[in-house]
Amino acid sequence: MSLQTSIEEKLIAALSPAYLDVSNESGSHNVPPGSETHFKVVLVADAFAGERLIARHRRINGLLAEELAGGVHALALHTYTPNEWESRFGEVPESPACLGGGGRG
Amino acid sequence: MDIMETLREQIEGNAIILYMKGSPQAPQCGFSARTVQAVMACGQRFAYVDVLAHPEIRANLPKYGDWPTFPQLWVEGELVGGCDIVAEMYENGELKDLIDGAAERAGATEEEK
Repeated sequence: MSLQTSIEEKLIAALSPAYLDVSNESGSHNVPPGSETHFKVVLVADAFAGERLIARHRRINGLLAEELAGGVHALALHTYTPNEWESRFGEVPESPACLGGGGRG
Repeated sequence: MDIMETLREQIEGNAIILYMKGSPQAPQCGFSARTVQAVMACGQRFAYVDVLAHPEIRANLPKYGDWPTFPQLWVEGELVGGCDIVAEMYENGELKDLIDGAAERAGATEEEK
């Protein structure tokens, strides 16, 4: 199973998102074609109500600990409650451009 | 010194500290670049550590803070978050309030010494 699929499946099972978009952004980074290293997750869920961003991100980092310890190197997270999502009109920030440094880790 | 002890000293000893890839003048990763830009825009002095130059910190800070990725912004001993959180807090004004408050309190304790 691809990392992308396992990320999607874990997030759906744990958070029953109203909206979920997992995109593989590895192609814009300094890694071989077809890599699964850089992901962006947009997730809208009732479960986030009353939770600060750090708590939401910690929760997702915890759910995806295996993937983060394995191949996933960058995980951009944009987490909203259904109300927040509506008031943003579904607008999500773009991930920054790669500057070439870093590598694994 | 034990690496965890070093990290604790850095984090407790600096009111505002950013762990990033590269330096504020020459960030080596887009996420670090965006984060340092937001922190600099708040206009306060802050400490930073280039984790690419310090592999031991890069390897151990994720365990210390239970946070898997870089950059990491720490204010007054607490992890604020990574790029996405810092960027969002910058946009809604929370980051400036937090950083201004921390700088002011740090300045006040320095004057007492």
